[in-house]
Amino acid sequence: MTQPAASAHEDAPTSTAKAAADKEGSGVRRPLAGWGDVRTLSLLGVLAVLVAVGGITAPDEFLKTSNLQLILTQASVIGVVTVGMTFVITSGGIDLSVGAMVALASVWATTVATQDFGFAGILFTAVVVGVGCGLVNGLLIAYGRMVPFIATLAMLASARGLALQITGGTTQIVTVGSVLDLGARDSYVLGIPPLVLIFAAVTVIGWLLLNRTTFGRRTVAVGGNAEAARLAGIDVRRQRLYLYLLSGLCCGIAAFMLIVLAGSGQNTNGNLYELDAIAAAIIGGTLLSGGRGTIVGSVLGVLVFTTITNIFALNNLETAVQQIAKGAIIVAAVLVQRRSPHGDA
Amino acid sequence: MAPLPPLLTMSGITKSFPGVRALDGVDLDVQAGEVHCLLGQNGAGKSTLIKVLAGAHQPDGGEITWQGEPVTLGSPIAAMRLGIATIYQELDLIEGLSVAENVFLGHEPTSAGFVVHGSAARTATAELLKRLGHSEIDPARLVGELSAAQQQIVSMARALSHDVRLIVMDEPSAALDPEEVDNLFRIVGDLTGEGVAVIYISHRLEEIRRIGDRVTVLKEGRSVADGLPAKSTPTHEVVALMTGRNVEYVFPERPKAGFAEGREPVLRVEGLTRRREFAPVDLELRPGEIVGLAGLVGSGRSEILETVYGARKPDGGRVLVDGTPLRPGSVRAAVRAGIGLAPEERKAQGLLMLESVSSNVSISTLSRFARAGWLDRRTERAAAHQAVRELSLRPDNPDAAISTLSGGNQQKAVLARWLLRGCKVLLLDEPTRGVDIGARAELYTVIRRLADEGLAVLLVSSEVPEVLGLADRVLVLREGTVVHTADARELDEHRVLDLVMEGSPTS
Repeated sequence: MTQPAASAHEDAPTSTAKAAADKEGSGVRRPLAGWGDVRTLSLLGVLAVLVAVGGITAPDEFLKTSNLQLILTQASVIGVVTVGMTFVITSGGIDLSVGAMVALASVWATTVATQDFGFAGILFTAVVVGVGCGLVNGLLIAYGRMVPFIATLAMLASARGLALQITGGTTQIVTVGSVLDLGARDSYVLGIPPLVLIFAAVTVIGWLLLNRTTFGRRTVAVGGNAEAARLAGIDVRRQRLYLYLLSGLCCGIAAFMLIVLAGSGQNTNGNLYELDAIAAAIIGGTLLSGGRGTIVGSVLGVLVFTTITNIFALNNLETAVQQIAKGAIIVAAVLVQRRSPHGDA
Repeated sequence: MAPLPPLLTMSGITKSFPGVRALDGVDLDVQAGEVHCLLGQNGAGKSTLIKVLAGAHQPDGGEITWQGEPVTLGSPIAAMRLGIATIYQELDLIEGLSVAENVFLGHEPTSAGFVVHGSAARTATAELLKRLGHSEIDPARLVGELSAAQQQIVSMARALSHDVRLIVMDEPSAALDPEEVDNLFRIVGDLTGEGVAVIYISHRLEEIRRIGDRVTVLKEGRSVADGLPAKSTPTHEVVALMTGRNVEYVFPERPKAGFAEGREPVLRVEGLTRRREFAPVDLELRPGEIVGLAGLVGSGRSEILETVYGARKPDGGRVLVDGTPLRPGSVRAAVRAGIGLAPEERKAQGLLMLESVSSNVSISTLSRFARAGWLDRRTERAAAHQAVRELSLRPDNPDAAISTLSGGNQQKAVLARWLLRGCKVLLLDEPTRGVDIGARAELYTVIRRLADEGLAVLLVSSEVPEVLGLADRVLVLREGTVVHTADARELDEHRVLDLVMEGSPTS
């Protein structure tokens, strides 16, 4: 605690030197911190435009409280998955198995045997299945030296297969009242659905983890330059293992949320979540090549996509059009990213 | 020499890259049927020269004539059409293609615009391989499955698949075993017998004596001697031509000889070895000492450093810090014991280029600024600031993006990382690479000061004057073996170059 004071004292050797240092400081600081702010602001702008578009095209429905609650609830499930994905991508990896992990966790947690254990049994199983899949991914990638793309692609295939095996293709209805109640309007806190609160909590914890802890700093270091991180004494493999565990954990939580939302577990749950989560992280400003990630950006990315889907649905537009619009947004965001100041390294 | 016009003459060739004058007036003439050797230290301009000759770089000035006619080598294809083929040190073969496909890459035998599959190219390739004395290589095999020596033969077959008059070979023997070298020389003899000229680049003087006809010496982008007789020019004369530089470095003053003798060694290396990289090496490093490893590229210098650091796993031997052996092949064990490394490739191996100076400095010390994983970013930043200030890093701002700093200041950030951690042994691999002359002197001062404060430093540099000027003791390496150890004051540049090229251990 004495160090900041000491350095503050030393900060003033001569006033001219200090002024020069400050000038240089502000000159170089801006591209580092400032660009992220610009991007966040522009995403907020996009979101504002979307809200305006929604309000104009569907004035009766869009701004209703119930519709806004719906948008946020829908954003919550994929949002939690995206927070985990953001960590993985920041470390230079990728997790293609998130959708399949959500599916497997949601059906495993809704088997008759599991439901016998009630609320806790469902929550516990969903989380453990997610973490277990993440552990397999992490071990294969970190210690089996498999490419993340391949390892998680294999997990995608086998987790989906196992989910189908468990259900036999049927929908497993949830009969545990306390779980279903969590999705009911009665349990809203000050008008906010509990699932949205879970999403908010995951977001805050994710932000703190990435920006305020050694874990986050190491994640960024591994993604920015794994060799430099290794030579600086960081245990790169263990870090990678933890990151895929984290992604699995987020998928387990998301699976539980999906069970609450749908009142059932299905092997088709979480279809194409991997693409939605990657897209949201990328348009939010996380570098696909690793080394830079933003939780706030990812959450905004998720909200942008969910809002678009909602507006299109309210205006009875086909899903085909929605998907074209999504594709266009991804391209636009990546083009903006390429014009950003960190492309010049 | 011969009354014939030379096959190739290059005169007054110049070539600049941003900030560097790579070639500053090179003259070279090559006769048909001769082996012309090119000698020079690292950075003397050999690579740039052969790239000009291969059409890969365009010279800024000078003239090239080919069989008496002035020519421009505007592209690799233009050079190839004249009959100039280059075999680079880093073989440029495609591992996923077959031998025959590699040999005829870019000029596949075609019929009506379609690549003729199979037999034609394979037969022609088998023919070429036979001529090179390697008919055992199957033209249908994938290049990636071949040994380094066999790949080199394929590279040569590719050169011969054109109507070639001049072959440039960049250190062809570096990856070869002795008997493979003999075969290489036999091939070179056959080629010159057919009237093909060979430009041969090698650091090994005895090879040049064996097969060379004439020698051209490059130094700092100029040809300082051309057309010397390869067999009769005395070694010391060649070495003298290669050295004798214009730029004088300023080195900080050393403590007096033997100052560290009474001290307990902080680092001991016992019989450390890696197959095919370096023979067992013993080493002691005392606090306050700077020990230098001198040798050519590929002599095992960086490999030794990285093995001491645990970044490569040794095949034998051990590393002890303060008498305690380290777990072999573990960087974390080395770092925990108090070793730090400033790696050779600063950007690729040392720095997080997207991050600030502060993040780069604190990365090895993070847990010190954290409670239960929670970072205290103010103390972290302040400590990083303190460390970079001690090394007078500029700008004096821990939040500056590391990518905006000059090479010298980036290197200081790497040193600050280990200073902050408080390490006992510092391993420096090419600490002044990419650092301009003015900033070098400052880095030298910093390194010596760290040693004076009790750090033990192990230094690797391809610049012999740097090792001699900065280190207290020097180990001279040749092809993975320590051939000489001496006090830096007892050595000079000529002596070291003699040792690294001839390898004759005296004393």
